[in-house]
Amino acid sequence: MNKIGEGISPQSQEKKDLLVLLERAQSRSGYLSQETVAELAESLGLSISEVYGVASFYSFLSIKPQGRNVIRICKSIPCYLKNAQTIIDGVRKEIGIRPGETTADGRFSFQLTNCIGACDRAPAMMVNNDVHGDLTPEKISKILKAYK
Amino acid sequence: MSETRVVLKNCGVIDPEDIATYLDREGFKALKKALKLPGEQVIEEIKASGLRGRGGAGFPCGLKWDLASKAKDDEKYVICNADEGEVGTFKDRYILENDPFSLIEGIAIAGYAIGARKAYIYLRAEYHFLLDVLEKAIVQSKKKGFLKYLDIEIRQGAGAYVCGEESALMDSIEGKRGEVRYRPPFPPTSGLWGKPTIINNVETLMNIPRIMLNGAEWFRGMGTEKSKGTKVFSVSGDVGKPGVYELVLGSRLKELVEGLAGAEKVQAVQVGGATGRIIPYSMLDTPLSFETILGAGAVTVFNETRDIVDMVYRTMKFLAEESCGKCAPCREGTEAMVEILGRFSKGEGLEKDITVLEELADTMMLASMCGLGQAAPIPVMDSLKHFRGAYDQRISQS
Repeated sequence: MNKIGEGISPQSQEKKDLLVLLERAQSRSGYLSQETVAELAESLGLSISEVYGVASFYSFLSIKPQGRNVIRICKSIPCYLKNAQTIIDGVRKEIGIRPGETTADGRFSFQLTNCIGACDRAPAMMVNNDVHGDLTPEKISKILKAYK
Repeated sequence: MSETRVVLKNCGVIDPEDIATYLDREGFKALKKALKLPGEQVIEEIKASGLRGRGGAGFPCGLKWDLASKAKDDEKYVICNADEGEVGTFKDRYILENDPFSLIEGIAIAGYAIGARKAYIYLRAEYHFLLDVLEKAIVQSKKKGFLKYLDIEIRQGAGAYVCGEESALMDSIEGKRGEVRYRPPFPPTSGLWGKPTIINNVETLMNIPRIMLNGAEWFRGMGTEKSKGTKVFSVSGDVGKPGVYELVLGSRLKELVEGLAGAEKVQAVQVGGATGRIIPYSMLDTPLSFETILGAGAVTVFNETRDIVDMVYRTMKFLAEESCGKCAPCREGTEAMVEILGRFSKGEGLEKDITVLEELADTMMLASMCGLGQAAPIPVMDSLKHFRGAYDQRISQS
């Protein structure tokens, strides 16, 4: 159930809906392509640079193609204190890529992120919209198996 | 020392997906009471309670409402700031997970008091998993007839720390980059789309039904002279029992971190997140209040094995990354501090660096446009004051 922006139709969309429309386009196609940015600019009467400016400002919006699943490991202090580095290393070993990269099969993108508000369950990470806390390197493999 | 659960009184008690369990615990009684009074009288009650904003800035809530209420405009807005991005803070997540109804009741009372027909809850992207419980709670409240006069819409953030700052948050709702605005004008006179707007933190709004139900006098009975009521703290780091704790304002930091959260061998505690104060062990008796230390209630504990300079360096890297970039003192100042602190963390500091850090701090505090840049130097200055030795040891001898 996700009704955010459901009242916005192609006819009624306005400049003020830009962020909602970008969020929606991203959840549809995984990232915001140059075409998507240009189309949105055209339909909202904005310049491409204005739309690009918003699309590139927010860390959960991506202007680069992303894997089907996005792993975000928290690198902020509360997780760092609980050995987040061992989780970062563990994920690296498990899927064979470094933060900032996407696996060749397009299954995972891997990022480091700032505080996700799960400090009571540090170290923590998000996979897509799911939060996984109290992590140990041993748990990683099993968690990632659920994401195809 | 024990907790005093006012804000959290329903957390873990009610079923957040079932409004009936909330109604059994005096749910929406405060709204019914408020609707029988003129809006001004509701505002008077909140003013009299002494409630101050729980998001970090501590602005008097009733005064904010009063300004918005008196602004002449047919269209007004209430915004609930659920963009809980401060490092080490998770209290609002806990509240939303466990008691979304009290929040909705608080928003409904706020809307009635200032004469708004529309409210937004701005929820951070990282809390996407809370959408469902929040939406269900709004639908149920509407069905029961509690939202006749107010439409509540959830807007989702997209990952930007600075959007927790009220003017950046409004720009984000307007579909723009979340950049800070020049002030004045302030939101109560010119906020969302230029209309009178009140922006309140989740925890601030949670206090509203409690005050309306029990009265300003009751609320004023808790806390210190300038800090009334309770505060919800998020405790993490080197503690045995990380979690959310609610204490009467004025309680001591020591009681919270050692007594409740079970910390041992404490070296320092950072109170208020990335831009928060660093309190050495010797000052652990400091009371938690607006007069002393508080912020949004993030409490991160460092034990004796931790390297304070490294902690400050990492914190500054975070702030540099999250600076919106609009004003130079913050954008350039945080980057310059990262460079210097990075050298210190590697043992390559220079004697003159300390003076440069102090000068940068002065400029940033004085000239930054918002709280991010103004407060970014605080951990640097506090650590220089209390842990100067850790810096001196890293001044390069070569």
